[in-house]
Amino acid sequence: MNAPLRRAGVVILVLFGLLFANLNWIQAYKADKYRNSPYNGRVQVAEYSRPRGVIEANGEPLAESKATDDRLKYLRVYPDKLVYAPVVGYKPVNGAATGIERSENDFLAGTSNRLVADRLAEMFTGDNSGGGNVVLTINNKTQQTAYRELVNNQRNVGKGAAVAVDPRTGAIQAMVSMPSYDPNPLVSHDSKVADAAFDKLNKDSDKPLINRAIGETLPPGSTFKTIVAAAALQSGYTEETRIPAGSVYSHAGAVIRNAEEETCPGKEISLKEALTESCNTGFAQLGVALGADKVKKTASAFGFEQDDLTVGNLDGSGLPVAASRTGAIANPDGSTDQGALAQSSIGQRDVRMTPLQGALIAATVADGGQQMRPYLVQRLLSSDRSVVYTANPKVLRRPIDASVAAAMKDMMVSVVENGTGKRAQISGMTVGGKTGTAQNAVNANPHGWFIGFAINESGQPVSAVCVMLENVSGGHASAEAARIAGLIMKAAAGRGGD
Amino acid sequence: MTAPAVPAATPAKAGEQTRIPGMRTHRNAELGLLAFAMIIVAVYGATVEANQLGTITRNFWVPAALLSILFLGLHLVVRFAAPYADPALIPAVALINGLGVGFLRRLDLARALANKQPEPGVFAGTGGRQLAWTLGSLILAAVLLLVIRDHKVVSRYAYTLGLVGIVLVMIPAALPSSLSEVNGAKLWIKLGGFSIQPGEFAKLALVSFFAYYLVRKREVLSLASRRFLGIDFPRGRDLGPVVTVWLLSLLVLVFEKDLGTALLYFGLFVVTLYVATERASWLIIGLLMFFGGVYVAYLLGASVGGPFANFYQRASIWLDPFAPEYVTGKGYQLVQSLLGLGTGGLFGSGPGAGSPGLVPEVRTDFIFAGMGEEIGLFGLSALLVIYLLIVERGLRAGLAVRDSFGKLVAGGLAFTLGLQIFVIVGGITGLIPLTGQTTPFMSAGGSSLMANWLLVAMLLRISDAARRPASGGPVPAGGPKNPPAQLHGAMTEVIRP
Repeated sequence: MNAPLRRAGVVILVLFGLLFANLNWIQAYKADKYRNSPYNGRVQVAEYSRPRGVIEANGEPLAESKATDDRLKYLRVYPDKLVYAPVVGYKPVNGAATGIERSENDFLAGTSNRLVADRLAEMFTGDNSGGGNVVLTINNKTQQTAYRELVNNQRNVGKGAAVAVDPRTGAIQAMVSMPSYDPNPLVSHDSKVADAAFDKLNKDSDKPLINRAIGETLPPGSTFKTIVAAAALQSGYTEETRIPAGSVYSHAGAVIRNAEEETCPGKEISLKEALTESCNTGFAQLGVALGADKVKKTASAFGFEQDDLTVGNLDGSGLPVAASRTGAIANPDGSTDQGALAQSSIGQRDVRMTPLQGALIAATVADGGQQMRPYLVQRLLSSDRSVVYTANPKVLRRPIDASVAAAMKDMMVSVVENGTGKRAQISGMTVGGKTGTAQNAVNANPHGWFIGFAINESGQPVSAVCVMLENVSGGHASAEAARIAGLIMKAAAGRGGD
Repeated sequence: MTAPAVPAATPAKAGEQTRIPGMRTHRNAELGLLAFAMIIVAVYGATVEANQLGTITRNFWVPAALLSILFLGLHLVVRFAAPYADPALIPAVALINGLGVGFLRRLDLARALANKQPEPGVFAGTGGRQLAWTLGSLILAAVLLLVIRDHKVVSRYAYTLGLVGIVLVMIPAALPSSLSEVNGAKLWIKLGGFSIQPGEFAKLALVSFFAYYLVRKREVLSLASRRFLGIDFPRGRDLGPVVTVWLLSLLVLVFEKDLGTALLYFGLFVVTLYVATERASWLIIGLLMFFGGVYVAYLLGASVGGPFANFYQRASIWLDPFAPEYVTGKGYQLVQSLLGLGTGGLFGSGPGAGSPGLVPEVRTDFIFAGMGEEIGLFGLSALLVIYLLIVERGLRAGLAVRDSFGKLVAGGLAFTLGLQIFVIVGGITGLIPLTGQTTPFMSAGGSSLMANWLLVAMLLRISDAARRPASGGPVPAGGPKNPPAQLHGAMTEVIRP
């Protein structure tokens, strides 16, 4: 019986060997991953032992840390609650942070390499100096105007978004998503409160936790005609080129009508007039004449299909921007689906766009054809408020040359002065833009869009915006978007707001 | 045994374990090792206080001193009742027991500090209760050593013990959930504020029964066989008891919702069977049956649910504890355990300097993970080596003892102890699906501590018989001839009808 007993001993040795190997795997190989896991409460105790940096705009704190007498020594507080939540995000005790709280987490927490000096000093002095501060590009007045006007819109729309960007730099002036949420309960040190708040928001069918300005793509409707118009101008068309129009256009199974009876009923119309009146039949035929390739190429030149854009810090990470898409516009055999092309050319079918992409189209036109990379982080300050980083604007791409941009600008100004976008006018400034009313589902109200820009007296483009309202009832969905866009641009130019 | 048969100087009187002059008992080595173990426990307590309170109180040595007195008591009983017992067993177990008490006290201290209460007294809190349970366990162990002077006596009550074992296993399954369920596993008897885990004691009874049964049946089990694929397989009718125990363990799995206990009972039986018959075929059949059963239970849990759902869920958590549906829900314990161990890393945060309180059930099932955060990979490895030492010393007692019954009991008990450590430590480290086992000698709780100290007492008793010079026992008829120890160590006198 001794031989099998010895073998049993060997079995035990092997089992303990497995335990030992597994402990090595956990405590040596995976140790760092586990140590820094967002689910690890030990990290939190260390993380909350030092005040997290402030996120601020125009000198006002949007997120700050208040001392507590808790196990976790500092509580995150968001004074403005709903207005900035989609941009600033929140930093919960358990689970993942969002927004700037996530993308600038290392800097705010003080663990970034940029703050090595602070940490070294801390080692010697023993003082807990806290994390770094993040200064946003957001202009408080613009942001508050945008939020107020969006929430108090005259059509009782519950969902929508607005973005304003400086066309010359790409700095985001305002970014609003509706409905928003109060981040404060989400960061409660009481995990029951935090979990309940999160569950409620997460289950809300209006999806308040999504930043609609960058995180949601919707059919852009007629705002997409700017892309088709730019494609035409690139291909040798001019503003005055006559293009076929009419009250109805049937092609390959697609039937295109205009929004109003009086819109371009004639056989032909100039390109400029077609954009000004938002002529569906004209742009559908123009898109078919140009071909799917040209339309898609111009759209990607403006930033469609880019799925890795982030908006935050120009040197590093930021908030991920959902990719805008033109859709396939192709039959199963790979050839162009002409009906789909006609519909896509007026921003329907499978075309999808984020509000940020809309604002970037307007900004590109306003800035003479170059698209600046959008960003949210203007400066990073160490805990003693010395500047560690300042944003250095970068050209993201050049979708159109200056002459095409000038023609586009002229046509878009015509839209606001003579056409569908009149409600965006600002006295004393030149405003250009394009409206969009996008059908999205059977029996659902259309989405109202407006993309546009404002140019001051000295000819400088000061703001480019996109306003999107989901499922607007009562017709002329884009008119309300245009009105709000005008107020946002006015605030951005320093002429409005409070 | 190769020990020479020395003529007995003073023939042993019944019931008295006399020491033979000139034979080394290594009792002083045991005392020295015990002192060393208690010094480690005292240093551990001091480190905890330094890290938790920022200072070492004047009374830091009191728990270690109390434990030392208790273990010294057992040591004295062993000197009297089992002088030749293995000297490594008590110090090794005492070290783990002592560190367990120290760690539980550390959790009490942290909780008192968090609630701004004064430092808990020596007998307060979980640590104090564990100290009291240690006293109770050591008394039981001492009584066992004093009452059972020859382990072969146990075989007389084998059938009674077998019945008691099965009843103990079955009680929680038969009781309503409100009286037997803790954290999804029906392994308990809860009466008022008091709860015991009868399965812990059943282990001991079942080992004794299996050993007795197999000693009687080993001839028939090992000789009557059919050869298939080069392996000798047993006859169908001999499979009866194996199938019975297999079904029993599957019933435990299903009705008590606990894979660990099922694995333990079945592993225990298969190993004693293998040791008794020396047939690898039993091992193969046993492993196939167990893993087949587990796999079927997993599939049933996935498709049918019902009583198998619990096991299916545990297996799913084991496969991916960080899956979104588990990470803050049902898999929270395992995730926190892994995070704690990972945070500890190679050297650990130091006793008292970590946050083991973040791991649920850290006083019982997850105590090893809680320790691991503070003593690190090196500390845990040392603990594993000490556990391994206890198990291998137990197996050694089985190797050395002369009678088959003793071999099977020692081997079975030691193997079960090792298997239990594997099941729980493997479970909390994500090596195997988690099952609610206690960590022997460490987890808070009286049942486990008492049962495992009884197990150690039994090993001490058998190792005493193994290491005792042959003349210490009854002199075989025929004078100074060596007993037929090499022929599988069979002592036919054990088997009385």
